Amino acid sequence: MTQPPKGVRRSYGVEAAPYAPPSSSTTLKRARSAPYFFILPAAVLFALFFALPIGYAVWLSFHKVRIKGLGLGKGAKTEVWAGLENYTSALADSELLASALRVLGYGAIVVPVMLGLALFFALLLDSERVRGRSFARLAIFLPYAVPGVIAAVLWGFLYLPDVSPFHYLLDKAGLPQPDLMDGGPLYLAMSNIAVWGGTGFNMIVIYTALRALPTEVYEAAKLDGCSELQIALRVKIPMVVPSLVLTFFFSIIATLQVFNEPMTLKPLTNGIPSTWSPLMKVYSDAFTGGNIHAASATAVVLALATFALSFTLLRISNRRTTQGAGR
Amino acid sequence: MPHITRRSLAAATAVLLGATALTACGSSDSGDKAGAESGPVSLTYWAWAPGMDKVAALWNAKHPDIKVTVQKQASGDDLVTKIITAAKAHKAPDLVQAEYQALPTLVSNDALADIAEEVHGVKDRFAPGIWQQTTFGGEAVYALPQDSGPLMFFYREDLFKQYGLTVPTTWDEFAETARAVKKKAPKKSLTTFSANDSGLFAGLSQQAGAKWWTFEGDTWKVGIDDAATRKVSDFWGGLVAEGAVDNQPMYTPAWNKALNTGEQLAWVSAVWAPGTLTTAAPDTKGKWAMAPLPQWNKGENATGSWGGSSTAVTTDSKHKAAAAEFATWLNTDPEALAALVKESGIYPAATAAQTSGALAKAPDYFANQPDFYTRAAQIAKTTAPAAWGPNVNVAYTSFKDQFGKAAKAKSGFPAALTAMQNATVADLDKQGFEVAK
Repeated sequence: MTQPPKGVRRSYGVEAAPYAPPSSSTTLKRARSAPYFFILPAAVLFALFFALPIGYAVWLSFHKVRIKGLGLGKGAKTEVWAGLENYTSALADSELLASALRVLGYGAIVVPVMLGLALFFALLLDSERVRGRSFARLAIFLPYAVPGVIAAVLWGFLYLPDVSPFHYLLDKAGLPQPDLMDGGPLYLAMSNIAVWGGTGFNMIVIYTALRALPTEVYEAAKLDGCSELQIALRVKIPMVVPSLVLTFFFSIIATLQVFNEPMTLKPLTNGIPSTWSPLMKVYSDAFTGGNIHAASATAVVLALATFALSFTLLRISNRRTTQGAGR
Repeated sequence: MPHITRRSLAAATAVLLGATALTACGSSDSGDKAGAESGPVSLTYWAWAPGMDKVAALWNAKHPDIKVTVQKQASGDDLVTKIITAAKAHKAPDLVQAEYQALPTLVSNDALADIAEEVHGVKDRFAPGIWQQTTFGGEAVYALPQDSGPLMFFYREDLFKQYGLTVPTTWDEFAETARAVKKKAPKKSLTTFSANDSGLFAGLSQQAGAKWWTFEGDTWKVGIDDAATRKVSDFWGGLVAEGAVDNQPMYTPAWNKALNTGEQLAWVSAVWAPGTLTTAAPDTKGKWAMAPLPQWNKGENATGSWGGSSTAVTTDSKHKAAAAEFATWLNTDPEALAALVKESGIYPAATAAQTSGALAKAPDYFANQPDFYTRAAQIAKTTAPAAWGPNVNVAYTSFKDQFGKAAKAKSGFPAALTAMQNATVADLDKQGFEVAK
């Protein structure tokens, strides 16, 4: 895109050397059109594998099936325009609302606890006196490498009263054994899986930001008589706010999309219905109910809600951080 | 100017090539079906039964003109979704294994072909109650029965003796037995009411005479909340509420442990139970016995079924006759059925095979009951007919949710059954079926 350097250029066996006699008009045209060629591969892939499926889902969400007779055999089902019907029934569905509320409750536990722990561990690792730093970092990060389904199976077995070693010990000690797979404790049990698996990743993000801070700041703070704790609270945390915001977003989105853990734990207990989380509702509509039209509408609603929530939170946090910087 | 065009052309070609390469990957598995109009026919068969490839190999050795390739699939609901999706793209295999209750769903998605002409005359090889599930009581034949799962009562013979219990022949006696167990060993249970497998509840209702889906003219009727099912659900709801049976789901590590340690003394299950018990309760091998399912009234003789599958030809198959020929061989030929019993461990639906040499010996786990399969064949004959509809999955999911909640609360099941009925009717209505309300 920059002007070719002046002087004679060799041509590599091409009849018309690419840069040989640059008339001013071709250069200009090339400069204008080149970027489009560069983005073409990405644009085509985006269109094929992202925009097209989304477009299809939106198209599906505006259609429904009409059935002739008993609906058995050839030509019994035809796809017809449904207008907003799928959307009105998705929004009026009390199960969708209930699942959204459940997930918000779950998120209210997961996000603060996970980010709090991640920040705490990152600060610990970043403090000067810590030993065995790389081992600790790896140990905290390791659960993130365990796939969500495996983690859920693993914890599920630890929760199930009859096979849980904790229950065994509690029983031996004559203490009451809580049922972690039901009601209120279920939220804690489920959150625990997410916190266990996600803390390491968020810690690494925050820790990396901490390591990137200039050391002069700490020296200055020390000269001013700050203790390690004060440095952490007054210098480090304010300076890693951007990565806290980032991890906050990742966590919110991951929470809204929770699917693997409840889906894996579901067969182990009576406490998890098939529509526990909004995505499970979409899955069950599409694949057990076989109603992809209704499922598409719910999926679109869910995507829009996630967008709206993310942007609102981004707005708020941006305003907060810029205000803080202004002060 | 010209070099720019050439370069852009090259870039565009590269992208196009990439795209075609990707699409080519997506459709590669349908290649072997096309272009076989003359010469040997090759068929693909989606099945989950273990060892099906070995059974198909027997066929392939004898029929060089029709080659069957088995593609192993996940069982149950996942496969139904996969078949429907494939049928939509017109890329379904020639043959599929499908559970009976999934057949109406598959037919209503136009995935299964009517093979009535091709399989003319095989009707008599199967019990009427089983055959009816592949025809929905009409002229069309959508599949051939492969295996069936008549319900039976499995119990720990040694523990029954130890606690002085008799094998219940009626459900009233069953309830008394459950209470007696609680009295003699408060930490143990006769069995559990599991809300995570709807098939068992469907089978128990079937025994009581329930017909969940029926149709009249063009209108479907849902009878989940009918008198027969209500009787079954009240019975189990009562036992759960008074604490006579456990309320935790089956097929969990906890359940395996309960069976293996004798915490649960019995299991209402189907003829395939020995296979499940072998892995769930390996330590209690030889201590179990099988008896007919308890009856609602003394002197009655009926059972329901839990599971069982069929072989169907898809509408996408270009070789319907060849596919039907293979399906007929697979499910009626003595050699094929013997291989199915041996390799796949199924209980054949064909009545002649149920008393054949392949099933002469009792399963290893039930070596203490040498006449296991003789008795099973007698029980299989009493299977009550089942009636499935186009949204069995929805009813099953609703059962899991509603009965799971009710079993947890130990509050009885009437509300759960009504909710299950309503959810099923509402879904039919929403999907656009004519449904009586």
